[in-house]
Amino acid sequence: MPANRFNGFTEYGVGIGLRIPHYQHILSRRPVVGWFEIISENYMIDGGRPLEILDKILEQYKVVQHGVSMYFGSVDPLNREHLKRLKSLARRTRTPWLSDHLCWGSVDGRYTHDLLPMPYTWEAVEVTARKIRQVQDFVEVPVVVENVSSYAEFHVSEMTEWEFLTEVVERADCGILLDVNNIYVSSENHNFDPFTYVNFVPAHRVAQIHIAGHSKFEKYILDTHDHPVLPAVWRLYARAIERCGPTATLLEWDDNIPTFEEVHGEALKANKFLKAAAEAPPDAAIPAVESAASQILEHTGVSR
Amino acid sequence: MSGSGHLLEIQRRMAAAVMHPLTRAETMPRRRRDGTSNLTEAEAIIRPNDRLTAFERLEIYNRQYWFRLYSSFEEDFPGLESILGREKFDVLMRAYLTDRPSESFSLRNLGSRLQSWLGTHPQYIEPHVTLALDMVSLEWAHIEAFDSEECPRIGPEALAGIGEDSVLHLQPYIRLLALSYPVDDLLIQVRSEAGSSTSAANNASASRKRRHVRRVAALAPRTIWLAVHRHENSVWYKPLDEEEFRLLSALLAGKTLGTAVDECFSASAIPEEQRPAWLQEAFAAWAALGWITSETGRSDLKGTA
Repeated sequence: MPANRFNGFTEYGVGIGLRIPHYQHILSRRPVVGWFEIISENYMIDGGRPLEILDKILEQYKVVQHGVSMYFGSVDPLNREHLKRLKSLARRTRTPWLSDHLCWGSVDGRYTHDLLPMPYTWEAVEVTARKIRQVQDFVEVPVVVENVSSYAEFHVSEMTEWEFLTEVVERADCGILLDVNNIYVSSENHNFDPFTYVNFVPAHRVAQIHIAGHSKFEKYILDTHDHPVLPAVWRLYARAIERCGPTATLLEWDDNIPTFEEVHGEALKANKFLKAAAEAPPDAAIPAVESAASQILEHTGVSR
Repeated sequence: MSGSGHLLEIQRRMAAAVMHPLTRAETMPRRRRDGTSNLTEAEAIIRPNDRLTAFERLEIYNRQYWFRLYSSFEEDFPGLESILGREKFDVLMRAYLTDRPSESFSLRNLGSRLQSWLGTHPQYIEPHVTLALDMVSLEWAHIEAFDSEECPRIGPEALAGIGEDSVLHLQPYIRLLALSYPVDDLLIQVRSEAGSSTSAANNASASRKRRHVRRVAALAPRTIWLAVHRHENSVWYKPLDEEEFRLLSALLAGKTLGTAVDECFSASAIPEEQRPAWLQEAFAAWAALGWITSETGRSDLKGTA
């Protein structure tokens, strides 16, 4: 299950996001890292330092592309220049899969540069699945879509978010980047059980998992990517691994970025879950992952 | 509103609320400039929960939109901010971003229309109109020089075959500027004080980060000519003679070498007998910097505004 057609039949283990403050450390120390995720748009340029750095990284590391502005859910047609640049970059990085978000963010040619939530309607399912298929056909690399964190719900929604995600990926025949932190954030903001979400998604389509930290405010939670992963998110991750098997996992840390070692160390905590799932025989996978989860949570001072 | 046939309508209505300017207190206004009630709009589209009203939920996105754009714009134009001061810069930024919302998938292009917009809205940069426009030209040239394409340098064989009728191409990353103020030193100083960017993949900004800004005293005018270029992946501002500027500008415009040289010396004080040596020296320096190329760059992948 972990190596599937949606992630190009790879088994990538644990990775971290490639971020500017870590460039020098990575290039000078050459730390052992499973893989790096890059924000595609940062490298969809014609030349200069970002591409030079990327080429150096590619000499030594595996890289997976993650996009933030394809806006599969926007009614606007796909931007041809965006697609051409994305495909060109994919050839450069040889990314086994491409991810972007299940959201919208542009309308009438104007971009919000945000990941806006979808109304969960049948019309939106059709529009979104059609655009994902178009992107997949154009770039000729498996596309996986990531659930976003959200702070608003629409009156017009006709299904839950997890039903919407499932309908879209089935119709588009694409993979899922399951962001368990986003599920947790949205579950707190919209009062649903995050385990219902994780238990519902088609596990055989999960190509990658995101973990991250978030920030709690008085009345809502924000997806800030500026903290270590919180215990509640590790618990969701454990459940996701139980269902999906050892899946490529990436820690996102985008603000107040600490040292490379701290970010990498936080990401590597996921290895306990992955190893437990990989080493256990099929019928013992769930107890083995639960045991790994308990160890992590005990370490963070939280009981399950 | 029914559940089908309305995706575009929902996206337009939500975008109108999200992209509408915030109040001076950086909250979502209850009423838009066109009189539309954000309260009514929010309630029509967004479901409230047990902690937040529909208005408050929509406001999260409205604030995020502006904070993200502010952050990008401030990072791109620190020199302009240092000339105008914080307050005037904020007013300009809000007006520009309201008039010219992003039409590119990349935030890199957010300021691409600032120079032309300021040309028709000089009230935002008075009384330092020319100084501010010079700075914006330099800051936008810096952005373009940073990530534009680099073509292969011209080879010795091609160089040897150059004649009066030859057309020489310059690297796509070179930008030539004729400015009325020496804003280059000022920008170097301001940029050295500013921090580097982060590249976030999340969709939340909890608050707006403020940078200490030092207002710059009026700079004395002095005409300068600059080549904004890239060397070993760093952006440099190379001062040029007026003749160098004219010659490079003519080459950039696709004129033949002969025509470019004629234009270069049309009003030059360089004595005729010294011109061959001057030309040799100039071309040697440009060749050493890798500025002359045999190609024009990839037209199929040019950045758009």
